[in-house]
Amino acid sequence: MAVSEAQVLEHSGANEHHDDHEHHGNFVTNYIFSLDHKVIGKQFLLTGIFWAIIGGGLSIIFRLQLGFPDMDLEWLRPLLGKWITDTGKLDTEFYLALVTMHGTIMVFFVLTAGLSGTFSNFLIPLQIGARDMASGFMNMLSYWLFFLSSVIMFISLFIETGPAGGGWTIYPPLSALPQAISGSGLGMTLWLVAMVFFIASSLLGGINYISTIINLRTEGMSFTRMPLTIWAFFLTAILGLLSFPVLFACALLLVFDRSFGTSFYLSDIYIGGEALPNTGGSPILFQHLFWFLGHPEVYIIILPALGITSEIISTNARKPIFGYRAMIGSMMGIGVLSFVVWAHHMFVTGMSPFLGSIFMILTLIIAVPSAIKGFNYITTLWRGNIRFTPAMLFSIGLVSLFISGGVTGIFLGNSALDIFLHDTYFVVAHFHLVMGSSAFFGMVAGIYHWYPKMFGRMMDDKLGYIHFWLTFVGVYLVFFPMHYIGIAGFPRRYYSFTNFDAFSSFGDLNMFVSAAAIITFGAQFIFLFNFFYSMIRGRKAPENPWESNTLEWTTPRVPGHGNWPGEIPTVYRWPYDYSKPGSESDFIPQTIPLSSTPESNLAHEEESAKTEQVDK
Amino acid sequence: MLNFVIVISVFLVLAILVTIFRAHTLVQVVRGKKDGESLGTSNKVNGALFVAFAVIALIAFFWYSFSQFDRYTVPVASEHGEITYKLFWITMAVTCTAFILTNLLLFWFSFRYQHKEGAKAHFYPENHKLETVWTIIPAIVLALLVFSGFRAWNNITDQAPENAEVIEIFGFQFGWAARYPGADGKLGPYDYKLIDDDNKLGLDFTSQYSVDDVIPREIHIPKGKPVLFKIRARDVIHSVYVPHFRLQMNAVPGMPTQFWFVPTKSTADMAAETGNPDFQYELVCNKICGKAHFGMKAIIIVDEADEYEAWKAKQKSWLSKNPDYLSSLKTSPAMTVASSEKENELEAQASL
Repeated sequence: MAVSEAQVLEHSGANEHHDDHEHHGNFVTNYIFSLDHKVIGKQFLLTGIFWAIIGGGLSIIFRLQLGFPDMDLEWLRPLLGKWITDTGKLDTEFYLALVTMHGTIMVFFVLTAGLSGTFSNFLIPLQIGARDMASGFMNMLSYWLFFLSSVIMFISLFIETGPAGGGWTIYPPLSALPQAISGSGLGMTLWLVAMVFFIASSLLGGINYISTIINLRTEGMSFTRMPLTIWAFFLTAILGLLSFPVLFACALLLVFDRSFGTSFYLSDIYIGGEALPNTGGSPILFQHLFWFLGHPEVYIIILPALGITSEIISTNARKPIFGYRAMIGSMMGIGVLSFVVWAHHMFVTGMSPFLGSIFMILTLIIAVPSAIKGFNYITTLWRGNIRFTPAMLFSIGLVSLFISGGVTGIFLGNSALDIFLHDTYFVVAHFHLVMGSSAFFGMVAGIYHWYPKMFGRMMDDKLGYIHFWLTFVGVYLVFFPMHYIGIAGFPRRYYSFTNFDAFSSFGDLNMFVSAAAIITFGAQFIFLFNFFYSMIRGRKAPENPWESNTLEWTTPRVPGHGNWPGEIPTVYRWPYDYSKPGSESDFIPQTIPLSSTPESNLAHEEESAKTEQVDK
Repeated sequence: MLNFVIVISVFLVLAILVTIFRAHTLVQVVRGKKDGESLGTSNKVNGALFVAFAVIALIAFFWYSFSQFDRYTVPVASEHGEITYKLFWITMAVTCTAFILTNLLLFWFSFRYQHKEGAKAHFYPENHKLETVWTIIPAIVLALLVFSGFRAWNNITDQAPENAEVIEIFGFQFGWAARYPGADGKLGPYDYKLIDDDNKLGLDFTSQYSVDDVIPREIHIPKGKPVLFKIRARDVIHSVYVPHFRLQMNAVPGMPTQFWFVPTKSTADMAAETGNPDFQYELVCNKICGKAHFGMKAIIIVDEADEYEAWKAKQKSWLSKNPDYLSSLKTSPAMTVASSEKENELEAQASL
């Protein structure tokens, strides 16, 4: 292949540079405005962790309100100021702002930037055998735009009129009219500005991931030899590249409506004692545009987590991932279908019922590839030799959550059933399990698994186990009861349920959920302690602590700039040769030529071993 | 003082935990055991915990689902609701089977195939037959579910029957209003620009159809007769949600929507069924709409058909209850609204 030859030349050219002298720079170029993909990955990770604490903390505040509605929240006044009313209660508008910001932060800042940003940056060059990303500068820009976006979003938490409060989906007219809710004033403006930078950051990152994967694979790393993590990041980046521009357009039109008097989304509105001049717009248009991003977005969140899980489960079950090609196929299927199911969020918005039935069919089709993935994970565990590392525990947890949250999607994707369940706690339970918690578990699993490569030290296993069990049980205790509350018809985004007879029940269950949420949130501090403590005091990691096959474990303990001190290794096999019959060791790294393992080669591998060209 | 004590105790607890952790690490170092290398005890414990979790969670799930069934089930009170209710529980049976089986396998395999010294995993990269089977089975099951859902959905969203009672539901921050067509059986036209403090629904009284429209305090509907809600909103998106009727439709400013259904149980029937003498059907807002979203409610009273007719006959039109409204408008020259007696004159005005 001409391309790969060209790369080899390019690489060997680069090698001289890296072999000859260490990369020197000052603190700023090494750690702040760094072009190194590993540092950028860690920057995304730390920012993501910061946001996860904020996002989780916000949810604890509103869970206090939901679980203990009579509680005197006066003690939160030093933190929340005037958002605590004179009677010691949470302000109702601020409650909505909390819900909104929790959603925004978790979906975009933690599970998109924190997850994709971290692991795509860190792992792509390491696992495909590249010195760095295709464009280090764009990569740096991607992080700093995200940082800028984070700063703006963070500032919006503290402004006088409060942060955006129209729900993370910011449906206009609510989000367009400051008269309707105070969060739609400056808070919403900052939200939109922050999102614009966020989208720019995602696009820069995504273009980089795609071009790196296509162009910079090391010799022998064909697409069918790529680890599933890389496949997942690749497809995620494509989804992001195609869908984020639509969110940009969607947000831009909202900016026009808010600030320049256009009527894209506004029509026939009487508010605050006056009839607005806007006519002819359609709030439904916004929803179509929003969910055209919004639905692929949930796959942008979950696919990297599934990729990470595939890698970790295979490694720790000491078995090849079952159905490698089927896994790729189903990810592609999910990717394509994710663009044609968006309107299942809109069955009861007044959209044409005919469209509703089409989207119902398409939505239920997407359940098939998701089911295949679940079955494949389970079969991978079957007759394995499983090592329960913390990463493995979180990966198994992910599969469980993905199934438990996934099956309820079959209710919600059915438009006839969605009439009743739409916007109830059933939906909250569904997406928190299938996307929120699953993706979070994938992220944590990834951190435990690649921590040794990130920081050269091991995290403490025992703390990891405690962290896992508290989190796993906690997440089920938080989100499973919400199904019952949802089947009882409780609407989401309600400040309290005291105004309705129909919702007078379940105060006990809500209290239970809140208590579980507080404990689960508290358990994350065990992780934080482990994370930061191990950076300094953790046991030094061996080069390949999990006895894994992929390329990143062939780098030094702490890979320097350029990743491999010598030449980039060549790849001779797929990444899942675990417990191969005939082989002495239960793993054969990708860098071992087929010709040197005649005892374990399968029939078709024996053929390719004959034609294999080994460099040295 | 209390805060101080809390802070101190949290600090102490943290200090204790850190000390335990340090001690644990040191003991391990002394023993010469490095964490992560020994897969013995921890592996067994984690494997066993998965099974324990599966068993306990499953018991809790079944116990709560059966013992609390009446508490979380909303009684159905509409014709299409009966169908979707059935569909819901069929879907529940199918998904619960899949959910329980797959989770049990996941946890069982985790336990059963935990690491054993000297054991080797079974190299099993693919099996096309197996993969085909579990692609096709979910596909067929889903197709059946889709098909039944599709049929139900088409019926629900079909045109309302001719004889349906037409009622307008109007959502605003933060409440609901209802409008009945009055004697002529036709809802009059409206224009959002005509909304003011009195004419909250923006009725256009230049049309004779609006003149007899009724805006009652309570929403009454007849049992056993199709009811068509014509839904609109004044300011932001709201959502008309009545859990008992399995009814939900957004109220969108600038885009009228609708939903029709046949109530099957009167308020009195439901009071008897639930054993709650004060039972009321509640109309709930289910789309985030602002600070009092959680308090946006209206009561719907389902009457027997004859009671309903009697109630309807008693209602007076809005205009007759607000006789001063039109004259007050006349004093403001900007308005192009006049009473219905002067319709001709008005048409001339409008054509200008």
